[in-house]
Amino acid sequence: MAKPLINVPKRAKKGDLVEIKILISHPMETGQARDAFGKTVPRDIIHSVSCRWDEEEVFRAELFPAISANPYFAFFARAEASGTLRFDWKDDQGGEHSESVEITVEG
Amino acid sequence: MERRSFLAMTGAVALAPLALATPARAVPADVKRAMAELFGDKPMTKGRVKLDIPNLVENGNVVSVTLSADVEAGPARISSLHLFADENPLPNVGNFHFGPRSGQPRVSTRIRLATTQNVWLVGKAEDGSLWTDGVEVLVTLAACIE
Repeated sequence: MAKPLINVPKRAKKGDLVEIKILISHPMETGQARDAFGKTVPRDIIHSVSCRWDEEEVFRAELFPAISANPYFAFFARAEASGTLRFDWKDDQGGEHSESVEITVEG
Repeated sequence: MERRSFLAMTGAVALAPLALATPARAVPADVKRAMAELFGDKPMTKGRVKLDIPNLVENGNVVSVTLSADVEAGPARISSLHLFADENPLPNVGNFHFGPRSGQPRVSTRIRLATTQNVWLVGKAEDGSLWTDGVEVLVTLAACIE
């Protein structure tokens, strides 16, 4: 799987809200579409995504086939202390993926 | 015909399309069922949550939406936002949960819409109260056909 694009500021001031953006490359097959032979293409979507800041949950989503291909999420987190943002997501194939990004909080 | 009554008539005709354009507030049965699975039969109140979605969409495969809830107005924090689309094959679109660390319940994403329809946002507060917002979206190119 292609590496996801994760956009998190490297530094933030304590107490600030930082915007976190994540774009995962994935077809998000709905299970509704048919291929050239008229056969239904089996469902294959990312069904859950989460983001933790040092084990504290910031954001979690359960997804359904109505989420567009290459799912994109932008949300916020309050900067309290320097740490690691950990992203996890699971797909219908049983695949589990995760990425981590460091963030420095000043002041 | 008198001028006054003629004007009244044309006025009524001109206003008719506007009346059609406002979203029908009735929620279809399968969306009701999907909501009941998540929330039971608790009443929902309009307000506190906001659904930002274009009214006219050219491509139903990629529709940008922003879901948000107020931060200060209510006593109980809104901890999850749930999105539903009336006419999609599956009315559930996504359930989004926000920890206290998120600072504000707000997420932007991209969704698929099968056809012109109403899209509903439900926010659940920590005290269990439910808040809602709805928008009618006109879709020119439908998703789910390719």
